[in-house]
Amino acid sequence: MSEKAFLSGNEAAAHGVRLSRPHVVSAYPITPQTTLVEKLAEFVAEGNAGFRYMMVESEHSAMASALGASMMGARAFTASSSQGLLYMCEMLSYVSGARHPVVMVDANRSTATPWNIYGDQRDALSMRDAGWIMLFVESGQEALDTVIQAYKIAEDPKVMTPVMVNLDGFTLTHTYDMVEIPAQDTVDKFLPPFTTANKMSLEDPKTLCQTVGPDFHAEGRYLQQEAFGFAKVIIDEVDREYETFTGRSYGGMIEEYRCEDARVVLVAMGSVVGTTRIVVDQLREQGEKVGLIKIRSFRPFPKEYFKQLQKKFDAMGVIDRSISFGFEGTVFSEVKSSMYGSDTKLSNYIVGLGGRDIPKSLIEEMFHKLFELAGGKDDEEVQFLGMRWK
Amino acid sequence: MDKPKVNHDYKPPTSYDEMFFGASNGVGILPTVNSGFRTFHPEFDHEKCIKCMFCWIFCPEGCIDKTEEKLAVDMDYCKGCGICAHECPRKCISMVKDGEHDE
Repeated sequence: MSEKAFLSGNEAAAHGVRLSRPHVVSAYPITPQTTLVEKLAEFVAEGNAGFRYMMVESEHSAMASALGASMMGARAFTASSSQGLLYMCEMLSYVSGARHPVVMVDANRSTATPWNIYGDQRDALSMRDAGWIMLFVESGQEALDTVIQAYKIAEDPKVMTPVMVNLDGFTLTHTYDMVEIPAQDTVDKFLPPFTTANKMSLEDPKTLCQTVGPDFHAEGRYLQQEAFGFAKVIIDEVDREYETFTGRSYGGMIEEYRCEDARVVLVAMGSVVGTTRIVVDQLREQGEKVGLIKIRSFRPFPKEYFKQLQKKFDAMGVIDRSISFGFEGTVFSEVKSSMYGSDTKLSNYIVGLGGRDIPKSLIEEMFHKLFELAGGKDDEEVQFLGMRWK
Repeated sequence: MDKPKVNHDYKPPTSYDEMFFGASNGVGILPTVNSGFRTFHPEFDHEKCIKCMFCWIFCPEGCIDKTEEKLAVDMDYCKGCGICAHECPRKCISMVKDGEHDE
């Protein structure tokens, strides 16, 4: 039987990890990820975790250990945030290039300097090209469910690519909500034990993490790109299959919310999706034709979805909690390039940096700006909103 | 000489289906010799050599072979770095330009 509990996002994610039956958890604590790995350590202390907890001396070692465990055919988990994620950066491409399906949680947090422990998505988005599947969640419940889904996606024989599950620091990691924890036997039926031929074995010895020079390197990279193509299908399939076991699904790569006859929509990723949902409901009650597109999978990016939108909406705004200096918001670039050739008017709103609150009034301001844009107003493409000064 | 043999039967992948997975490959595959950038190679004066094994322990490529009565060098993998000659306490190893002497 599933049970309900009042959990923080980090605790919910920890239950997702426990239910996925990893063999090894290796992690180094960092705010705001700490309470997640503390919860995992607590499961071990209680004596019924079923996994080994490796205490390591750094995030680099945390990911290296997860890789080592995965190379033995074990199911491995780690988690980090911000500077810790940057420190394990080198190992991220080791894991993805060698095609070991490690799952990690990143508690999204800004990157220094100036030093800041609060939430934005600069850390994860700077790892965009590390070769990891990157999923972003909206709630603690989705964090729990997505960790379980992540193993199923990562370990799919056609995918065999690690997955990073992202939850916004503090806004999700440290806020509490009622969460349904699925029963272990339900998860066991959904997620069978991990088996792979890509492991160290005395019966079938292999060279692991070998050198590949110019003669075969590009072909391996081509296969990695192909795996991300398969992942686009698998992410949707796994999400639908999960629904048959638990009754919950999240749209796979993408979710449209009240977009049917919308004139303007906001594109959002992470916890701000929840706030935007409420604002959409409120504006809809007032008769405004607004909608929301939630990006759940940032890598692979739902390019085909955005491409087919064509001129469905008059104007679209992309909310970014990060910026690629000298260009524009990171998510905005992806949406804009996916929609190449469409003459839908696009705007990019940079908000919530370093943990700054994104209140409902700010989302309303965005929709207001989008209606003006749709009406023909000439507006700056990239705008910082919610700023202290004009 | 007791050394890994070059596997002349090794066939590299010929299609994506045969490609090795990620960064994993079989073992015992020695598809090529690797000494292409050598300019000088070591030659032993076996009269002076006392088989102290300094060369054997210092060679970064493990190219010194001690299975026979006299020490020998695996020229398929010797890069010609000269560490053996430098470390030899009896100075009985000389570095000779490839193509000269007995090579």
